[in-house]
Amino acid sequence: MTETAELSFVRRYVFSTDHKVIGKQFLFTAMGFFTIGGLLAILMRTQLAWPWQEIPIIGPLLYGEASGNILPPESYPALVTMHGTIMIFFFIIPILSGALGNFLIPLMTGARDMAFPRLNLASYWLMVPAFLLVLSSFLVTTGPASAGWTSYAPLSILQDAAPGSAMGQTLWVLSLMLVGTSSLVGAINYITTIVMLRAPGLDMFRLPMTIWALFITAILVTFATPVLTGALILMFFDRSLGTLFFAAGEGQVILWQHLFWFYSHPAVYIMILPAMGVASDVISTFSRKPLFGYKPMVYSIWAIAGLGFIVWGHHMFVSGMNPLLGITFMTSTMLIAIPSAVKTFNWLGTLWRGNLQMQAPMLNALAFVSTFVIGGLSGIFSAATPVDIFLHDTYWIVGHIHYVLFGGSLFGVFAGVQYWFPKMFGRMMSNTAGIYHFVITFVTFNMIFLPMFYLGAFGMPRRIADPYQYEMFSGLQGTNQFMTYALFVLAAAQLIFAFNFFYSLFRGKVAGKNPWKANTLEWTTDSPPPLENFEEIPTVYRGPYEYSSPLVAADYLPQDQYVDGTESPRGMPAPAVSPAAGD
Amino acid sequence: MGGLVPGLSTIAGPIDQIFMVVLVLTGIAFVLVEGTLIYFLIRYRHQEDRKATFIHGNRRVEILWTVIPGLMLFGLAVFQYDTWIAAKIDFPPESASEVISVSANQFEWNATYAGADGELGTTDDIEAPINILHFPIGKPVIVKLESTDVLHSFFIPVLRVKQDAVPGRPSEVWFEAIAEGEYELACAELCGLGHYRMRGFVTLETEEKFDAWLEEIAARR
Repeated sequence: MTETAELSFVRRYVFSTDHKVIGKQFLFTAMGFFTIGGLLAILMRTQLAWPWQEIPIIGPLLYGEASGNILPPESYPALVTMHGTIMIFFFIIPILSGALGNFLIPLMTGARDMAFPRLNLASYWLMVPAFLLVLSSFLVTTGPASAGWTSYAPLSILQDAAPGSAMGQTLWVLSLMLVGTSSLVGAINYITTIVMLRAPGLDMFRLPMTIWALFITAILVTFATPVLTGALILMFFDRSLGTLFFAAGEGQVILWQHLFWFYSHPAVYIMILPAMGVASDVISTFSRKPLFGYKPMVYSIWAIAGLGFIVWGHHMFVSGMNPLLGITFMTSTMLIAIPSAVKTFNWLGTLWRGNLQMQAPMLNALAFVSTFVIGGLSGIFSAATPVDIFLHDTYWIVGHIHYVLFGGSLFGVFAGVQYWFPKMFGRMMSNTAGIYHFVITFVTFNMIFLPMFYLGAFGMPRRIADPYQYEMFSGLQGTNQFMTYALFVLAAAQLIFAFNFFYSLFRGKVAGKNPWKANTLEWTTDSPPPLENFEEIPTVYRGPYEYSSPLVAADYLPQDQYVDGTESPRGMPAPAVSPAAGD
Repeated sequence: MGGLVPGLSTIAGPIDQIFMVVLVLTGIAFVLVEGTLIYFLIRYRHQEDRKATFIHGNRRVEILWTVIPGLMLFGLAVFQYDTWIAAKIDFPPESASEVISVSANQFEWNATYAGADGELGTTDDIEAPINILHFPIGKPVIVKLESTDVLHSFFIPVLRVKQDAVPGRPSEVWFEAIAEGEYELACAELCGLGHYRMRGFVTLETEEKFDAWLEEIAARR
């Protein structure tokens, strides 16, 4: 301990092996990329609302005199591509697995750090060149990658197929290879830590749902991500060495789609499962009630993860894949809705007869549940192969994915960050500001994304810079303008969150160990936790959700608190003195 | 879809019917779940003097709310097999259909029609002007799709038709239009900077008018 306290600033805050510091590094960089991804969305939606119009201030600044201060046509596909790429690979995955995963796994399992702290350092520092590569692609004269975040071959292979398919695509491929490697390294660390370093008495079935979700997510990453990384290497060879893996004729154009979606469908679950875990923990804590159906909740995450590997073809119903496969992929996709439904019912079951405290983290977790329902149900339309013939590649899909990833994952992130902020930084975020941010975000979110289903039912294709070129879509401009105005308000509301976050870092109310009166192990140590987390490794006597237990007068019962006369943990003797009274 | 876009092919009816069935079922699920959520939020809102009920779950309801949605979803999948097979697997015989070749490239559609011999790929093939497509109504049409550069997607909303055009790997799509009119064909797969203006003009017309049009463009050539 004394030795570590003498670490230099660089070893402590830059090249740190402390999981808490690495988690915060992921948190701050992910927030930076959220800002960039959001700005790209604003540019994109401005174009959709007022195509080819000069934008005041921003136009001259970004596009310049040469293009008449308006968006050049080749830039729109680049906006779409980089918005998706950045939000998925540089925001959602890093903030859920990288930030929350790193910070929470050792704390919630009662470990001093990750199993492999140096590997953990590597997982962040592999991301840094990826950040630089993806950012530098904005500075290339031919622009950043513009073949969509899915980068379908051969648009992404042929250097002259689109401006962004030149240098921009190369940078995209290289940066995602690094992201994939970083994720893999992180996942191996998470799995090992959760399997090997749990505190005494902490059986797997006493883990909080956040840890279960991060554990199963890490397993998904381990099996799925190498497939994408491998495919990216092949794409790199096709682009630079003249191989023909994904080339028309000699190679297989559709093979890229199979490999991409074999990763990217599980990746959707990589992006949603941790948020589901967060929602479960937050909802149980603020309902002051045990999570309803703990084991079914665990099994349904396993079911989602398992089925997640056999549904990738539902992205390819009209791709030219053998249509017979459409039948099997439709069936497996319908079945994956079952565990999602089970989870939703159990969240409702948790609220039932609870004592619900409507604070900012809870509101965001409830928003997660209510919008995830829309995300899930809208997926049934596009899973229906005959209907998907029409809906595929329209705004229906864009609405669906945003209800899952913004409505689901992002509200999960808002819930998680506000819930664990006191543990991370020792201070509370303002609840009032949190509620303002929540209400505005929730309302404007639905104003932006609900109309997308309407546009989709009209057949408006995604990734179209100017839909009104088509007579059949010319009546949709008003709807698009409405959505863009809502986005402006939503973006402004994020300033409330940012202000609340940074102000509270320095001026927030001091939190204390356990401000939410929660049960899990991270709340038993100081806020922020000291180096190596716990003065003494806690012993666990029960599951994480014993709220309102009749054993104690308080409405919570921490996992490490021994109650006289109750069952001692499996294989553990009861302590001679209750730890609460000890020391 | 959902009454917003007219359905002018034989497959449009069954597809729109499935859309409506899914809309009704998911609509019921939506109202029940969100209604329950809102009711619980009001009914069980925080009160100082109340303790939540200490309950961990219930095996019977878990089984019920796994099995019932499971059967419904599986049934919903099976219910759609026939329409999918009719749309994408069971093609009408070429002898009884109008077979047309459509080649896509950045950023245009080129349709080729069979000449007097009724065969594609022969010297009397008739090439339509760029981005102009005519289809007869009341007769199955088989479109042989190909691309010469990158992926494109052949999307005619009113016909409920969409199929990717894959370079190096020809694909096929069929439909039977049931009403006349002028409509649009959109490219639905990102294909580069001009993707947004890769627009085709589709005329659905009676077989007599269609034959007359073919003769006219053949003569112009």
